[in-house]
Amino acid sequence: MAVITYRQALHDTLREEMLSDENVFLIGEEIGVFEGSYKITAGLLEEFGEKRVRDTPIAEEGFVGAAVGAAMLGLRPVVELMTINFSLLALDQIVNHAAKIYGMFGGQSSAPMVLRTPGGGGQQLGATHSQNIELYYAFVPGLKVVAPSTPADARALLKASLADNDPVLFLENLALYNTKGEVPEDAPPAEIGKAGVTRVGSDITIIGYSRMATVATQVADQLSEEGVSAEVIDLRSLRPLDRETLVESVRKTGCAVIAEDDWLTYGVGAEIAASISDGAFDYLDAPVRRVAAAEVPLPYAKPLERAALPSAESLNTAVRQTLEAVGHRR
Amino acid sequence: MSPEHWTRPSRPDERDRIADTAVPAATSATPTREQVIAGLRATSEGGADLVQLLTPEGQRVSHPDFDIDITDEQLRGMYRDMVLVRRADREGNALQRQGQLGIWVPLLGQEAAQIGAGRALRPQDMAFPSYREHGVAWCRGIDPTELLGIFRGTDHGSWDPNETGMGLYTIVIGNQCVNATGYAMGQKFEGKVGNSGDDAAANEATMVFFGDGATSQGDVHEGMVWASVYDAPVVFFCQNNQWAISEPTERQSRVPLYERAKGYGFPGIRVDGNDVLASLAVSRWAMNEARQGNGPLLIEAFTYRMDAHTTSDDATRYRMGDELEAWKLKDPIERLRVHLLREGIADQDFLDGVETEADELAARFRQFCVDMPDPPPERIFSAAYAEESPVVAAQREDYLDYLSGFADSGHDTEGSVR
Repeated sequence: MAVITYRQALHDTLREEMLSDENVFLIGEEIGVFEGSYKITAGLLEEFGEKRVRDTPIAEEGFVGAAVGAAMLGLRPVVELMTINFSLLALDQIVNHAAKIYGMFGGQSSAPMVLRTPGGGGQQLGATHSQNIELYYAFVPGLKVVAPSTPADARALLKASLADNDPVLFLENLALYNTKGEVPEDAPPAEIGKAGVTRVGSDITIIGYSRMATVATQVADQLSEEGVSAEVIDLRSLRPLDRETLVESVRKTGCAVIAEDDWLTYGVGAEIAASISDGAFDYLDAPVRRVAAAEVPLPYAKPLERAALPSAESLNTAVRQTLEAVGHRR
Repeated sequence: MSPEHWTRPSRPDERDRIADTAVPAATSATPTREQVIAGLRATSEGGADLVQLLTPEGQRVSHPDFDIDITDEQLRGMYRDMVLVRRADREGNALQRQGQLGIWVPLLGQEAAQIGAGRALRPQDMAFPSYREHGVAWCRGIDPTELLGIFRGTDHGSWDPNETGMGLYTIVIGNQCVNATGYAMGQKFEGKVGNSGDDAAANEATMVFFGDGATSQGDVHEGMVWASVYDAPVVFFCQNNQWAISEPTERQSRVPLYERAKGYGFPGIRVDGNDVLASLAVSRWAMNEARQGNGPLLIEAFTYRMDAHTTSDDATRYRMGDELEAWKLKDPIERLRVHLLREGIADQDFLDGVETEADELAARFRQFCVDMPDPPPERIFSAAYAEESPVVAAQREDYLDYLSGFADSGHDTEGSVR
């Protein structure tokens, strides 16, 4: 088992999949000669050539649309959108085409493709380049959305996404690329639509995905030193959403806090809270709390940006407040 | 011939011949010798249609369609413009390296294209920039220190577009082309275009700046479609600096970019973007046409990005030093300097004076940068809506209340907004 970065896990898995299936090809801006803005595709042009590593014109709608066409023909395109912010330029191809080809063609054709793209703020990239808008895609039937938080999940979910016969938006995160973790080389692909209980606990359930799943684990570790047993759930998949695992955990712990990097109102956490309310209402000892980004376009100045994003401190506070509320009731 | 090759536009009868000598496709981060040569050939010459009034050697040449009426004082002024703008640009780059700026977007090499275009604008005209238009900003009277906030991260742009006649920097590629078209349509609807007699001097037009990479974006296409069908008084000023980060222009187009205008039904001119006289002459002509109601028009300024795309980029990864060296011989400032001296329009004292002024600007620029305060935490909430929003107001109250709970409540933004 090797300890590698999230970035390396993505790179190695892409390479493996390209070696094992010649239908897999990469397409996107700056992914070839430049090796990708975040270097996920380093060396792949050299190894596989231009047929399978395509540098494209600066036209997102164009290359996502081209990938949809290629996927319909049986190829397995892996599209790199430099950041999820740029996916907005391809929204029509993703939402109106990739997601709908299967249904509107009566099941005669599908669009098996992977749209790899990083989200996340905290890099001082300004309001238009720092968004967490995966919800836009998680909202759309016909799409699948996965969000690995560890190198092992990055590998397992990328394999699963490539094997899947539907279009998958594969959410990466700028803050995770350099994080390290153990990656078992022979692990099977993940099951898309299955959340992970990444830490077992009994006092409270903390739910996160992508970067906030790692923050959740960090906070759970802090709290365990004070005798609090927190269970952490990493959603891994936003669509389909694994309601069963969430509900089961909250039925056990009786309370939950959701950590998300996106905006609160209508955010991913709202759907999770509603699911908990549906499935575990009688078990709840406190209102479900959400920790999310300030509801403003993300500030550019470093201290302001830091303040506007959810953090371990804000999650820790919300967990404590929830536990206090529970204590009063139990 | 595969479109994967570094193609140049060819007539059908040439294709077979070219196929034999076709350059192999790029297959690694290091270009092959053939690719370098092909790149040099493609990027160092603008072709027969290039409008040039000042050769790289500083020689004034005539052009059948474009001439320029310019005083010695204006010539010296444009030299000064370019030197000062380049100096601010180099300081910006250095400040980023010193950790004072988050990022800087170098202008180096594009001074002539921008100063020529910028000096063709009148106060009532409107300019829509991308994010590299430091030279245009200079011409609109925006002090270079005003650019610092965007790159230090204290704001997203601070000048007043109405007052300066220049929109704020646009980070998303090509967006501004549709905005500019809309603005120009507004100028026309408001009767500010095509007036004659006493009103002619008040006619307006819009100029929009974008790069070769942006020409692949849908927004640029749509901007051009709209501008043409509504006869909008807009001049599309494309600085073809040969590189969209790592992608050469060959990755964006099979035809020279100025020829695309034909497809939209308006004129397209390729100008030597390193020749400030040609840039000014063509821009003046185009803006006048637009003001008179004969827009839109496309100008392709054929130039070169002598530095990296931004300070986050390392251009040596994907292009060879030879190419840069070839372009250094076409330096926009050097050719005007030679011209001024050779023709006796300026003497060494003048050049020294400009240099001193550049040193002063550089010192002021650096000092301004390091003295910039962090914005107050209230700014997080004041930039969301023009009108008060109950959600944002509640967050602001909550957060300021939280901050005031600290003993040393100098409004340090310690925790996150909850």
